[in-house]
Amino acid sequence: MAENDDDVPFMQKLLDSYYVLTVIGVLSPTILYTLWGIVDIMNTPLAK
Amino acid sequence: MATTYRTCPASGLQFEAQAEKLMKWNAVAAVLWLLVGGITAIGVIMTRWPAFKLLPPDQFYLILTAHGIDMLLCWIIFFEMAVLYFASSTLLRCRLATPMLGWVQFWLMVVGSIMTNVAIFQGESSVMFTSYVPMQAAPHFYLGLILFAVGALIGCFIFLGTLAVAKKDKTYTGSIPMVTFGALTATIIAIFTILTGAGILVPTFFWSVGLIKEIDPQLYRMVWWGLGHSSQQINVAAHVSIWYLIPAIVIGAKPLSEKVSRGAFLLYILFLQLASAHHLLSDPGMSAEWKVLNTSYFMYFAVMASMIHGFTVPGAVEAAMRRKGFTNGTFEWLRKAPWGNPAFAGMFISLVSFGFLGGISGVVLGTEQINMLMHNTFYVPGHFHTTVVTGTTLAFMAVTYLLVPTLFKREMIHPKLCQIQPYLFGIAMSITGLVMMGAGTLGVSRRHWDMAFQGAPFTYEWPGAAMLMMGMTGFFGVVTIIGGGLWIYLVVGSLLWGKKLDGGQYVDKPTPIPAATPAASASHHGSDHVAVPGTVVLALTLFVAFVLYYYVNWKYLSEVWLLS
Ligand code: HEM
Ligand SMILES: [Cu+2]
Repeated sequence: MAENDDDVPFMQKLLDSYYVLTVIGVLSPTILYTLWGIVDIMNTPLAK
Repeated sequence: MATTYRTCPASGLQFEAQAEKLMKWNAVAAVLWLLVGGITAIGVIMTRWPAFKLLPPDQFYLILTAHGIDMLLCWIIFFEMAVLYFASSTLLRCRLATPMLGWVQFWLMVVGSIMTNVAIFQGESSVMFTSYVPMQAAPHFYLGLILFAVGALIGCFIFLGTLAVAKKDKTYTGSIPMVTFGALTATIIAIFTILTGAGILVPTFFWSVGLIKEIDPQLYRMVWWGLGHSSQQINVAAHVSIWYLIPAIVIGAKPLSEKVSRGAFLLYILFLQLASAHHLLSDPGMSAEWKVLNTSYFMYFAVMASMIHGFTVPGAVEAAMRRKGFTNGTFEWLRKAPWGNPAFAGMFISLVSFGFLGGISGVVLGTEQINMLMHNTFYVPGHFHTTVVTGTTLAFMAVTYLLVPTLFKREMIHPKLCQIQPYLFGIAMSITGLVMMGAGTLGVSRRHWDMAFQGAPFTYEWPGAAMLMMGMTGFFGVVTIIGGGLWIYLVVGSLLWGKKLDGGQYVDKPTPIPAATPAASASHHGSDHVAVPGTVVLALTLFVAFVLYYYVNWKYLSEVWLLS
């Protein structure tokens, strides 16, 4: 395999960097699903 | 740290001593929980079968809670721990990072799962596996789940640590193997799943002991489904990895394009978990934007990824079979595939049933408008028994036929029965799932002890078809349980009485992969660039089935609202 980092395409580098993948895999749903969801619920008006 | 390794002479797979023990113990724990879950399935199915209605209501809800937890969490996640050890230490041929922590993982999960089950069977925690607040279970119900989750989280970190060990010790070149990459995807999803789960179960535990006054029910539902849905996506990533593994081992199949398959796993990492929102399509409190983005735009990327796997896995089988010379017509490769090999047969039935039944029904349920037709009906468990049972469970059963000889060093007993088992279980559960969906489309509720509503002020006359389908659910459900029981008997029987096989010598250094062995196929790189016309036909069939069924549901919707 290519020892020289420059020979490796960007996508392959990304797919090989498992810590980066872990960070995006955890952050993306935390923001788009959980945090956004919490904001939605907080913005729900209380029944009077 | 000093450890030893053995290389299985038949398969060439290498087992590090600690990882091997952990795989065995986790797999055995998984099978025992499947046994408990299978026994509870008898209670569930015999109660929902209108002709029998076996259990009284309180016991039904207790047993259904146990069924959900023991199957969905205990059986599946213990097995996944074994898969993670295998996909890291065995496929990368390296030592396990922090084996001591591995035992912490195992025992936390054992203690946690038993604790939660004790709470359930004591009778004060019949809250279903979703445990929606304000229903309250006993504190040890939640505490057990938390311990179980912490154990699983430790397992995930050991997996990542083992990848680091392999990298440092240079036990592989280039990228990690596809199967390991799939397991990495499962691990990443698991980390999000477990952290989210802790985020809601820990406060709920404090609420159950009186330290917190109230948990907002909507907040609970939203965060809980971050756990509940994502955990199913761990399963998908894990069983898709096994779909790649089994044909690689059995017929030397290679993915059609590693690039595309890995890209599909990346789509899982990015998008699969967002689809959690499809469980809240009928919930007030969540904005339309949140629902639409998470369940439509984002979810379709994940669906696309599954369709890619659904294409490339049979494509890899076709390519490998064509390379072997089965090139006549469109489907000779399929007719001559090793259908008598239970690992292969189980894997292929899992693929077809998951794709055609689980996949299509999942997209239908995930579409807001037509979801309204089936929300909270029996359609929902029908759908997920064709994902987590014929998909995940059957894939796990299939790979076990390969693991018993190489990991447990035993020959499988009753080879003829082994051959039948995946068909019995897979086909029976596919039919069960279908008729459950049929009953649900006619309005039968899920989690409902008495569909007849006896004693209610208003009565409802079920169409005959609904009763018929509930009866068929009962019948085919029982056949599935027999198929599952048969698997447990075959596996446990083989561990106890199977012929002992030579497992290879223990040595104190990892060895390179012996060429031309299943081990080499399981972790090789490269793609098979062969035209796969048969797979194209299969994929088009799926597409047509999907379009037709989608149409039927929209048509049905327009009739419900008298819009046509
Ligand atoms: C062995 C044969 C099985 C049969 C006959 C069976 C049958 C059923 C039925 C009829 C229900 C719906 C009950 C209701 O909503 O009223 C149900 C629920 C469920 N099953 Fe199964 N099942 C089987 C195996 C499995 C397996 C292997 C898993 C998971 C790996 C599983 C997971 C679940 C879950 C999570 C629920 C939902 C419980 C709830 O609504 O709280 N089942 N099962
Ligand atoms: Cu879901």
